[in-house]
Amino acid sequence: MGRYAFVLRRPLQLVPVLIGISLVTFLLSQAMPGDPIRVMLGPKASEEAIAFVRARYGLDQPILVQYGYYLINVLRGDFGQSLAFRSPVLDVILERLAPTIYLLVYGLVLTLLFTVALAVAAARRQGRWVDQLVRFVCIAGLGLPSFWLGLMLIMFLSLKLKLFPVSGFAAAPIDNLWQLFLPALTIAIAVTPTLTRNLRATLVSQLASDYVVAGRSKGLPERWIFYRHVFPNSLLPTISLLGIVVSFLIGGTVVVETVFNVPGLGQLMVRAVLKRDYFTVQGITLFFSIGVVLTTFLVDLVSVALDPRVKL
Amino acid sequence: MSAAQTEAAGGTSRWPASLLAGVAIVLAWLLVAGLGPSFSPHDPIAVDLANALVPPGSDHVLGTDSFGRDILTRIVHGARIDLMMAFFGVVGPFLLGTMVGLVAGNFGGVADAVLMRILDVTVSFPYFVLVIAIVAVLEPGLTSYFVSLTLVNWVSYARLVRSEVLVLREADFVLAARLIGVGEVRVMSHHLLPNAITPAVVFVFTDAVLTIVLGSSLGFLGLGVQPPAAEWGVMIAEGQLYLATAWWICVFPGLAIATLAFGFSLIADGLAKQLHTAP
Repeated sequence: MGRYAFVLRRPLQLVPVLIGISLVTFLLSQAMPGDPIRVMLGPKASEEAIAFVRARYGLDQPILVQYGYYLINVLRGDFGQSLAFRSPVLDVILERLAPTIYLLVYGLVLTLLFTVALAVAAARRQGRWVDQLVRFVCIAGLGLPSFWLGLMLIMFLSLKLKLFPVSGFAAAPIDNLWQLFLPALTIAIAVTPTLTRNLRATLVSQLASDYVVAGRSKGLPERWIFYRHVFPNSLLPTISLLGIVVSFLIGGTVVVETVFNVPGLGQLMVRAVLKRDYFTVQGITLFFSIGVVLTTFLVDLVSVALDPRVKL
Repeated sequence: MSAAQTEAAGGTSRWPASLLAGVAIVLAWLLVAGLGPSFSPHDPIAVDLANALVPPGSDHVLGTDSFGRDILTRIVHGARIDLMMAFFGVVGPFLLGTMVGLVAGNFGGVADAVLMRILDVTVSFPYFVLVIAIVAVLEPGLTSYFVSLTLVNWVSYARLVRSEVLVLREADFVLAARLIGVGEVRVMSHHLLPNAITPAVVFVFTDAVLTIVLGSSLGFLGLGVQPPAAEWGVMIAEGQLYLATAWWICVFPGLAIATLAFGFSLIADGLAKQLHTAP
């Protein structure tokens, strides 16, 4: 079996997790207040009509059978009907997918740029004032609420200085580099502190290892040791965190899309909750969690590709 | 390098500055929440449209909102809600997660496998998204916030406690206790728990930061504490429309959240330094 055999094996291992995810989202629908059939048919529907539709949707069946129906429907791409948008949930989700993906990738790129810059600056001058400053920035940054930070950025940079557009999503991808800069910056700032601490800690522990001493005694320049040896060796633990980071960025989009009025999935989720459009909430939750599972799988793949010692 | 070493050597005998500063900030907010409301001359809820959108000045130190309510008064009253959210938002996950970690780590086998699969599934959901989904089906409000946080956030504590217990259960003093016939429950509560709890306790303060941010975010989105309550996130949501004309409505409650969260963040950093759980 080669190192990449897990690419075939891992999807099978993911099956229990995916079943668990579908169980949770199914239970969410069971916990919904009110009767979805009554909501769908309106207050004037007769009892016979309600019973008929209930039977047609299989909602009069035992709960395990209903779960089976749910699973089959999801596998066929049927996430149910959105009551607020009066169209299939999957269509509503796919319509709003592009802005969210754009924002996630943009936010991730900014996060990585900030993290590497801050962590490298801190680790190379360990214990000195730059290190202390980075530590302070991370401590303070952890507690900055994204929604407030976003509003402050809008207030200063968009309304006062008129540097950026206030909100929205542009049609052309290139325009969105500008249009989505503040939202992407906001979610990046929320995730950067945790990731920076992690990368800095790894860099510091790598700097104390034997190969660094060997490199120094060989007379290699400090910069060479750092960028050629220490830095690449420190990347792997940080990359393995990316699954969690993406999961947090997704959470960030919920808030940030609402603040900056970006027509994506996060904003859709908040609106769906407020409109009690439970099937949409359920669909988005399922969609996002599958996204996280796939990201984690990709991260595993990258880890194996980067480091021959890693076996999965 | 040598400077860092001397600092570390000196740091073991005294408390880190960040810890002291953090404790001071959190104590200050506790004091405000405890005593503030009895000193404030204005009502936090009553509408007074004659005094709407007054800028910061002598009558209203931090100005008033669009309903004419004094911002400072609302921040002081809101401190109770937000501190309560931080406290109860951490207690539920801490208790549930610690118990799960203890049981999974101690018994291993089937119990461990089942609990860890549940954990795997829980962390496959983006944290904030699952909290919102649970809040949605339970109806937005403070109670469903606590319930959903407990259901989602126990995983961090379970992991921390479990990994400690896995090592500790092989330790001599635990084997000795078992040998002389100490029962499972007592082994867990008196021998494993006290030795396994430290990382979880340190995480409580980081978690408090996340919980404050999460709770106020839900308030802001209209999914948490409901208006007209003076919760800080709710206040910022109400000021959103007046960003260009009445900046003070948004700015000051946000500073309140940021300082309180900063206090907990400093404590977390200082504790980690003091207990040498971080480099």
